[in-house]
Amino acid sequence: MANTSKELEIQDSAARAAQLAGAELEGYQQTTEDLVGEKLVLNMGPSHPATHGVLRLILELDGEEITKADPDVGFLHRGDEKIAENMQYNQFVPYTDRLDYLAPLANNVAYALAVEKLMGWELPARGQTVRTICCELARISAHLLGIGAYAMDVGAMTVFLYTFTQRETIYNLSEQLTGARFTTSYTRVGGQTRDIPEDFLDSLSKFCDEVLPCIDEVDTLLSRNKIFLDRTRDIGVISKEDAITWGLSGPNLRGSGIEHDLRKSNPYLDYERFDFDVVVGSSGDCYDRYLVRMEEMRQSVRILRQCIADMPDGPVNVADSKEMLPEKDRVLMNMEELIHHFILVTQGLDAPEGEVYFGAENPKGELGFFIHSKGGGVPYRMKIRSPSFINLSILPQLLEGSMMSDTVAILGSLDFVMGECDR
Amino acid sequence: MDWYIILAATIKIVVFVFLVTLPLVAMSVWAERRVSAAIQDRVGPNRVGPAGLLQPVADGIKFLLKEDFTPNHVRKSFYWLAPALTMIPSLLTCAVIPFGSQLFGEKMVIADLDVGPLFVFAVASLTVYGIVLAGWASNSKYPFLGSVRSTSQMISYEISLGLSIVPLLMIYGELNLGRIVMEQAQNGWALLPLWGEGLSVKGWLLAVPLFISFIVFTTSMFAETNRLPFDLPECETELVAGYHTEYSSMKFALFFLGEYAAMIIGSGLAVTLFFGGWSLPFGWLTPESLDAEVPFWHGLIHIGVFFGKVILFIIFFIAVRWTLPRFRYDQLMKLGWVVFFELALANVILTALLLMWLK
Repeated sequence: MANTSKELEIQDSAARAAQLAGAELEGYQQTTEDLVGEKLVLNMGPSHPATHGVLRLILELDGEEITKADPDVGFLHRGDEKIAENMQYNQFVPYTDRLDYLAPLANNVAYALAVEKLMGWELPARGQTVRTICCELARISAHLLGIGAYAMDVGAMTVFLYTFTQRETIYNLSEQLTGARFTTSYTRVGGQTRDIPEDFLDSLSKFCDEVLPCIDEVDTLLSRNKIFLDRTRDIGVISKEDAITWGLSGPNLRGSGIEHDLRKSNPYLDYERFDFDVVVGSSGDCYDRYLVRMEEMRQSVRILRQCIADMPDGPVNVADSKEMLPEKDRVLMNMEELIHHFILVTQGLDAPEGEVYFGAENPKGELGFFIHSKGGGVPYRMKIRSPSFINLSILPQLLEGSMMSDTVAILGSLDFVMGECDR
Repeated sequence: MDWYIILAATIKIVVFVFLVTLPLVAMSVWAERRVSAAIQDRVGPNRVGPAGLLQPVADGIKFLLKEDFTPNHVRKSFYWLAPALTMIPSLLTCAVIPFGSQLFGEKMVIADLDVGPLFVFAVASLTVYGIVLAGWASNSKYPFLGSVRSTSQMISYEISLGLSIVPLLMIYGELNLGRIVMEQAQNGWALLPLWGEGLSVKGWLLAVPLFISFIVFTTSMFAETNRLPFDLPECETELVAGYHTEYSSMKFALFFLGEYAAMIIGSGLAVTLFFGGWSLPFGWLTPESLDAEVPFWHGLIHIGVFFGKVILFIIFFIAVRWTLPRFRYDQLMKLGWVVFFELALANVILTALLLMWLK
C-alpha cells in the first residue's frame, strides 16, 4: 500500500470561526465571539455597597480583568445650580450642606467666602479663625470617613467603626457650634449665625487629644499591613501629568506628588497665620492617597491646636449695618433696624454686578463657586466646581486593565461624594 | 447486640450533631457579633435574653417566618439543592471527630473510622458543589462571579489543606483521629510537646514541621470556610453578597449556618490534630489507653475540654476576621499555589528527612 500524505491545516479558534462565518452553514451559527469567549458586562450600582452613594459603573469584564469602565453619574442630581438662581444668597446656604455632606461646615465656608468676594468684604480676625476651625474640623471628619469607608471596601471593617467613633465626637462639636449635627448651615454672607459657644474651645482641644490616638490606631491596623499594601500599592496609579490633565484636586492630586494646596498657594481665611505642611505622595497609587489623607488629618489637628492657642477676640461678623442682619433685640426695639431687617429678609443683600470665582481647599479637593451677578439679591448664574465630579472623570482610565477587586480600592481611594458630584 | 450499636450511634448523632453542634453554630453567630462588637468598641446584640444570648433564636425565627421566595429567573431544582449541599457535608464531617474520651464505656465519636482525616476532606470538599450550584442556578452575574471565585479558591486551598496534615500523619503513623488524640494526650500535644515522650530532642525537633503544618492548615482552613481575609466569594463590597445574593429566608440561613458549621468543624479538626483534642495538658486525667475504663466525670471533663478548645479557636477565627483586610482574588490564588502549596510540600519532605534521621 502506497504511502500517501495529507497536509492537515490546523487553525486557531478565531481563524476557524472567521472561516465558518464566511462559509454560510445552515443551522450552525457560530460567531467569532462564541469561540473566543465573550465579555461580561457587569452593572455596578447605582445601588451597590462599594459605590458610596449612587455612582453607576458599567464594567466590561474579561474574566476578572476590566476592559472598559463607563461611569454613569447624575442619579443624585437636584439642580442646585438652577435652584441658586431662584433664591437669595443667604437662602442657598442650606443647599451647600448637601453638596459634600460629609463636610458641610467646609462647604458653608467656601460658599460664604465666594459671596463675600463678590461683596468685597473681609471678615474680622475672630470670624476668620472660627471659619478655619470649621474647615479643619470638616476636613478631619471627611477624611475619617473617607479612610474608614476605604478600609471597609478592602475588607477591614473595624477601621470604619473606629473612625466613626471619632466622627461622632465631631458631630457633637458641630452640634455645640451650630445647633445641628449634620446639616450645619453655619455661615451667612458676612459672618456666622453665632459666635462660638463658651466651652467650645475646651471640647475642641479635648477632641484634638482624642483623635490623634485614633489615627495612630488606624495606622497600626493598615499602614504596614501586608494585605492592605498588596491591595493598594501600585494600584490605580495616577501620574503627575495625568493628575494635572484631568484637573484633579485635593488629596488625589497631592497623592500624585504635586504640591498644590489652595490654603498655601492661594491663601484665604487666615491660613497664612498657621504652621502646617502640605502633604504630598510620591507614586500616586491608592496607598499614597491613603497616606496623604492620614497625614492631612494630623496637619489639621496641628492647625486646630494653633487656632485654640491663638484665638483672636472681637466680633465674628462683618460690621456692615446696611447689608448684615441687625441684632434681634434691636430689631424689636428700633425702627431703623426693623426696616433693614425687613428689606434684607425680603429682598436679600444688594450684591454688586460682576463675576467672581472662589475656590476653597475642601476635604475632597477644590470646591469652587463661580457667581455671575447682575446686581440684586439673587445670582444670575452660579456654577459649582465640584471636586468629586472632576476627580471621578479619571475613573475610566484608571479602571481599565485593572482587576475587578481593584475597583473598590480605586473608588475608595478617590474618596468621592455623589451629593457633590451630581449637585 | 446490633440494636445496641444502632441505639448508641443514634444517641451520639442526636446529641452531638443536633444538640451540640447546631446550637454551637447558633452561638458562634452570637459570639461573632458580640466579639466583633467588643473589638469595635460597640455593644452588640444584648436585648434578647440575658446578654443577648437568645439572639440566635430570634434570628432563626425571623429566617423561618420570611417568605421563601424563589426568583423567576433561577433554575429551580439546583437553586433549591444548593443550600442543602453546603450544609450537609459540614454536618457529615462531625462523624469522625472524637469529642470526648468515653462515657458509659462508649467512645465519644460517632464513627470511629480508621481513615478519619481522609473522610473529613473527602466530604468537606463536597461543599464546593453547593456553592457552584448556587452561583450557577441563580442565573445572575454577581452570584456567578462569586461562585467561580469560590470554586477555584476552595479547590486550590484543599490541596494545601490536605498536604498540610501529611507530616502529622507521618509522625503519628496513624489515620484514626481517636488514636492521634490518645497519642497526643500521653506524649504531648503536637504543638506543645512538654510531657511524656514529647519531652525529648526528637519531640522538639518534630514540633518544627508540625508548627509549619499548623500555620498552613489554619490558613487553608480560613480559605476553605470562606472567612476573611479569604472571603472573596462573598466580599460584600464588590460582589454584593457573592453566591448567595439571590437567596433569602431559610435557604440563605442554610448557607449561613453551613459556613459557621464548617468553621466549627474546622476548629474541631484543628483542635483534634494539633491541640490534643479532648485531652488535658501534662497528661492530667488521661486514661491508660483508648480501651481503658474512664470514670464518668473524667469523660464529662474531656468533652468540656474539647468544646472549650473549639470555642477558643472560634474566637480566634472571629478576631482575625475583624482585624484584617481582604485579599485580592489573584493574590489569594498566588498565595495558595506559590506559597502554601510549596510550603506544605517542603514540609512533607522536611518531616520525612527528620523522621529518617531520628530513626
